[in-house]
Amino acid sequence: MALPLHATTGEKIWYYAFRTICGLIFFFLIAPIIVVIPLSFNAVPFFTFTEAMLTFDPAGYSLKWYQDFFTDLNWQGAVKNSFIIAVFSTLIATALGTVAALGLSRPEMPARTMIMGILISPMIVPLIIAAAGMFFFYSDIGLASTHIGVILAHAAMGTPFVVITVTATLVGFDHSLTRAAAMLGANPTRTFFKVIVPLILPGVISGALFAFVTSFDEVVVVRFVGSYQQRTIPWAMFSGLREQISPTILAVATLLVILSVLMLTTVELLRRRSDRIRGIDQ
Amino acid sequence: MTDSPPPLVRFENIQKSYDGRILVVKDLNLNVAQGEFLTMLGPSGSGKTTCLMMLAGFEPATHGEIFLKDQPINRVPPHKRGIGMVFQNYALFPHMTVAENLSFPLEVRKMDKPERERRINRALEMVQLGEFGDRRPAQLSGGQAQRVAVARALVFDPDLVLMDEPLGALDKNLREQMQYEIKHIHENLGVTVVYVTHDQSEALTMSNRIAVFNDGVIQQLAPPEDLYEKPLNAFVANFIGENNRLLGRITGVNGDSCTVDVDGGGSVVANSINIGGEGARTTLSLRPERVAINPEPGSLPNIFDANVEELIYLGDHIRTRVAVCGHDDFVVKIPNSSHHASLEVGNSVKVGWNVEDCRALDSSD
Repeated sequence: MALPLHATTGEKIWYYAFRTICGLIFFFLIAPIIVVIPLSFNAVPFFTFTEAMLTFDPAGYSLKWYQDFFTDLNWQGAVKNSFIIAVFSTLIATALGTVAALGLSRPEMPARTMIMGILISPMIVPLIIAAAGMFFFYSDIGLASTHIGVILAHAAMGTPFVVITVTATLVGFDHSLTRAAAMLGANPTRTFFKVIVPLILPGVISGALFAFVTSFDEVVVVRFVGSYQQRTIPWAMFSGLREQISPTILAVATLLVILSVLMLTTVELLRRRSDRIRGIDQ
Repeated sequence: MTDSPPPLVRFENIQKSYDGRILVVKDLNLNVAQGEFLTMLGPSGSGKTTCLMMLAGFEPATHGEIFLKDQPINRVPPHKRGIGMVFQNYALFPHMTVAENLSFPLEVRKMDKPERERRINRALEMVQLGEFGDRRPAQLSGGQAQRVAVARALVFDPDLVLMDEPLGALDKNLREQMQYEIKHIHENLGVTVVYVTHDQSEALTMSNRIAVFNDGVIQQLAPPEDLYEKPLNAFVANFIGENNRLLGRITGVNGDSCTVDVDGGGSVVANSINIGGEGARTTLSLRPERVAINPEPGSLPNIFDANVEELIYLGDHIRTRVAVCGHDDFVVKIPNSSHHASLEVGNSVKVGWNVEDCRALDSSD
């Protein structure tokens, strides 16, 4: 989008102003995340840059907060819980969300908009209200302060992402493919696993990723529904911020940023690979 | 039709309605013989595709029963009917290679690997795509994709193959070439084909018999020659090939022929096919190539004065529009032979035709 030769002075000014504004917006979004990374290598237990850090004195830096994270049983328990809860709630959300999206994409399905609205309501209802509601409901049926309770709560929150991404994939889905599979002798189950699933897989994977991230960085619901036994990484960070302000939290934050970047990259590569296999080269 | 070998497919009193009020297929009875190439031809909304979908199993019949090899199939789901099908948009699985697409129906049928490979190779050879097994559907041209679709519908040796406007997405030259290929595949394999199209030249090229659909009813079921030469009603006469229509009233019936007073003036002797009694309205149908320009006086029973309105040069023939008997949309095809009549717009000429070539049919209005 180079500047055309006939651009007026006003257009030239706007051209550079536009770029500056965009740059500032990106800076505003990314700076708070980036700034955490050097701070996590702080040698002293403060959340600010020390003089030694600013002069790039090696003595100002240390890995001790990372060491703390990897040896502390409180943090290690949180890591374990986070992964268990995120993996299982993602599996449930992905399975339910995919099936729901497939059902909702059928033209003969009655009350589609209403059901869709109910399914994606966990995204819209204020989290604190959903969390309080879940707390009372789960307490009554004995699921409060259990891993299963937190997993189910996170699955309900992750499902809308899967419904939305899979529905988007199904918009371009050629339904004569399922008819073709039937005419070739495949029963509905085989058609589902051999034809439908491979084709909607990109939507399923990105929905699953959203569901995973939703569970992985969720703190409100887990504080209501869970207890110390179900503490996840965000739960432990939240407690850490209130009780003992330690740069270990910054080390954890840095590791989470790296994990998120890795996950997004993996999914994007997978998506490109599946597009290439299907011959949808851009 | 005599049923010496039992028909492969039998539609018995089939009715279909989508909304419970309007019948899109009205009391259809149709037999498809073993090895036959039967085309369902008709304008859109005539019920032909609905019939195909009922045979495939994607639409239930509202009333009546369809038999495949004498077995009622109304309650058999599509995947258990064992029918091959070619779809208009090819419907190849985009995530599989050509060979994997062809292998799909064979794996469903639990064939072992050598047998699958043998059949896949044979099917690809049949459609002249032997080298294309490793390609993905997105890497194929339209014609190649449609060939793969045909190969996939035939690779598991079904007795019956359905084709739903399979050439609709191809350009004209490719379409004609594919028509011959499908025709030859049908002849070589002896498979029964039920083909749906709205393109009459496609139907005439390939079919053993054509069922002309209109308004949910088969208007005529006949071999291509009969459909063109001996249409039984005004709709078929008009739908198949080019046709001159003269509207009029019957003034006398004499055995096989009748006399008709044409609305714009003139009395025509016609072949009575599908008419009411004296005084009834009728549509006279006359093919443009059966009209003679300036015949010898007395050589033909019907000779009229005409005025040349328009001449269109089409290479092999000259399409001449004349005004005759008060109809100015009367077309005559003059073959471009070495001594054809040379006409100019505005010339007065005589046109004439035989009794047999002028068919008196039902009044279409």
